[in-house]
Amino acid sequence: MAEVLVYTDHLDGAVRKPTLELLTLARRLGDPVAVVLGPGADAAAPVLAEHGAARVLTADAPEFADYLVAPKVDALQAAYQAVSPVAVLVPSSGEGKEIAARLAVRVGSGLITDAIDVAQGDEGPVATQSVFAAAFTTTSRAAKGTPVITVKPNAAPVEAAPAAGAVEPLDVAFGPLATGTRIVSRSPRESTGRPELTEAAIVVSGGRGLNGAENFALIEALADTLGAAVGASRAAVDADWYPHSHQVGQTGKTVSPQLYIAVGISGAIQHRAGMQTSKTIVAVNKDAEAPIFELADYGVVGDLFDVVPALTDEVRARKG
Amino acid sequence: MSLRIVVCVKYVPDATGDRRFADDLTTDREAVDGLLSELDEYAVEQALRIAEGQRQSGDEAEVTVVTVGPEDATDALRKALSMGADKAVHVEDDDLHGTDVMGTSLVLAKAIEHTGYDLVVCGMASTDGGMGVLPALLAERLAVPQATLLSELSVAEGKVTGRRDGDAATERLQAELPAVISVTDQSGEARYPSFKGIMAAKKKPVETLDLEDLGIEAEEVGLDGAWTVVESATERPARTKGEIVTDDGEGGKRLATFLAERKFV
Ligand SMILES: Cc1cc2nc3c(=O)[nH]c(=O)nc-3n(C[C@H](O)[C@H](O)[C@H](O)COP(=O)(O)OP(=O)(O)OC[C@H]3O[C@@H](n4cnc5c(N)ncnc54)[C@H](O)[C@@H]3O)c2cc1C
Ligand SMILES: Nc1ncnc2c1ncn2[C@@H]1O[C@H](COP(=O)(O)O)[C@@H](O)[C@H]1O
Repeated sequence: MAEVLVYTDHLDGAVRKPTLELLTLARRLGDPVAVVLGPGADAAAPVLAEHGAARVLTADAPEFADYLVAPKVDALQAAYQAVSPVAVLVPSSGEGKEIAARLAVRVGSGLITDAIDVAQGDEGPVATQSVFAAAFTTTSRAAKGTPVITVKPNAAPVEAAPAAGAVEPLDVAFGPLATGTRIVSRSPRESTGRPELTEAAIVVSGGRGLNGAENFALIEALADTLGAAVGASRAAVDADWYPHSHQVGQTGKTVSPQLYIAVGISGAIQHRAGMQTSKTIVAVNKDAEAPIFELADYGVVGDLFDVVPALTDEVRARKG
Repeated sequence: MSLRIVVCVKYVPDATGDRRFADDLTTDREAVDGLLSELDEYAVEQALRIAEGQRQSGDEAEVTVVTVGPEDATDALRKALSMGADKAVHVEDDDLHGTDVMGTSLVLAKAIEHTGYDLVVCGMASTDGGMGVLPALLAERLAVPQATLLSELSVAEGKVTGRRDGDAATERLQAELPAVISVTDQSGEARYPSFKGIMAAKKKPVETLDLEDLGIEAEEVGLDGAWTVVESATERPARTKGEIVTDDGEGGKRLATFLAERKFV
């Protein structure tokens, strides 16, 4: 049967959820073959097998941690040549997109980024994308070569589908470009204990209306009663009220949760680009004319400093 | 020695306009006014700062802005020149219509080689296509290091160093020139063109190149040469406006009731 290469995003063997979603999509196209680079393959392999990986190709070398992107391209290219897949799926992170793009140009393949769905079509795999700040949905396929597709989080459910998951070492020869950009130091992001922004079922975001870093405590309190992740508008991030890693929008994260609560956010097109496809949208804003209300399933026109604490108390009371 | 900096800038439809697709499923560049992609203003800004730093330490530097795009794309070049870039290169050819990122990266790489470079500076992503992969593709095609998605950077002694905020970690990167970099919208506010800058820009040289000048065949680019095909583009139904209530002291409670009805509580 046809094989599909799946690039694994993991931290020392802990496989991130978007990769498991890729395995669900990959199974629609053929047998998934996962590629695991760096330390921790032994821990990753059983999880990948549990979710459908027929084979797990592994390689570990200091180059993966010491140099940016290019060594991983060499490795994925080696896997591509070993497998001859019908498609290559890569998680849509900044790094994932760069790895995918460089692989695509090397192997002469059409590249599609930020897919929100992948299916089998008459002429090969078809990817769905959401474009122009989610105003349009497009479908595309590769006209040349094997499609290389990067996929956004939440594109598919995580499904158990036990497969062999045979671990095989992958031979990687690093090319002259591999050691071009040295990673001099790395500081891992500290966990907040809250759900991952792009994976959360509920996101509560704060904007310029919060009027100060200290007031984000209101957003965090509401988020914690709902088990939600915390987001922020660029205005709030630029003012240093909340870390950039929490920014939602065109130049931040795209989220598509079941519920998005926008507090003190006007709803500029660049913000909407990152949250427009949320299932249910709720807004609290003191300006009845704020564009965010055009998207809202439910909106409260009022002062967030009154509405949000009252909402948090009421949710807490209902949860008992 | 003079540091040759090339900045890649894209002319894009204004994101606040009603962006659409043309009948051939390429981006409609008629329906909405175009402008220099806001994210590329950050690239121009960083290039100018690097050049200024270079000149302050007694070295020379030259900033060239390059675009691949239709005739109107000169507007983007003029804007960058009025911010302070020294000269511009415009690659324009009817056969370029519908070119995808693979073709664009080929054309840009040739144009950059034609111009001569020590450092290529790109934006983090274009505001229309928004793939954010072109800088990596340029590095691959030019066979030089990529130091991309930098939120803070400096160039000294033939090296670029910078900070990259990834999903899982913040990394400090270092690469020797020649290199391709891209900068984020966290890298520092872009300057506004001054009146003097706008006047000066009118006299700055803009070189126009076509595919033949770059030795590229028409079949390698354009809609027919694209490595991907868009099969359909459907407008997303507008979200229907829901219930909007004014807080009369009960707003928080009513919102909680809505969340409970939808089973979020
Ligand atoms: C290239 C580019 C990329 C961008 N990328 C992003 C991005 O990724 N994400 C993003 O968010 N933005 C992005 N922006 C910026 C975007 O255009 C807006 O400037 C930004 O989203 C505004 O943030 P805001 O809604 O918090 O602030 P504002 O627009 O100032 O809105 C604040 C809102 O709070 C309300 N408010 C104030 N006080 C209260 C109160 N006490 N109670 C209730 N409501 C109150 C006000 O009525 C107002 O509607 C980008 C812009 C550009 C040009
Ligand atoms: N047609 C173009 N002409 C010049 N530069 C471009 C063009 N397209 C993209 N770029 C550059 O590449 C960056 C990333 O673009 P993209 O991969 O399309 O999101 C942009 O910010 C620009 O710096």
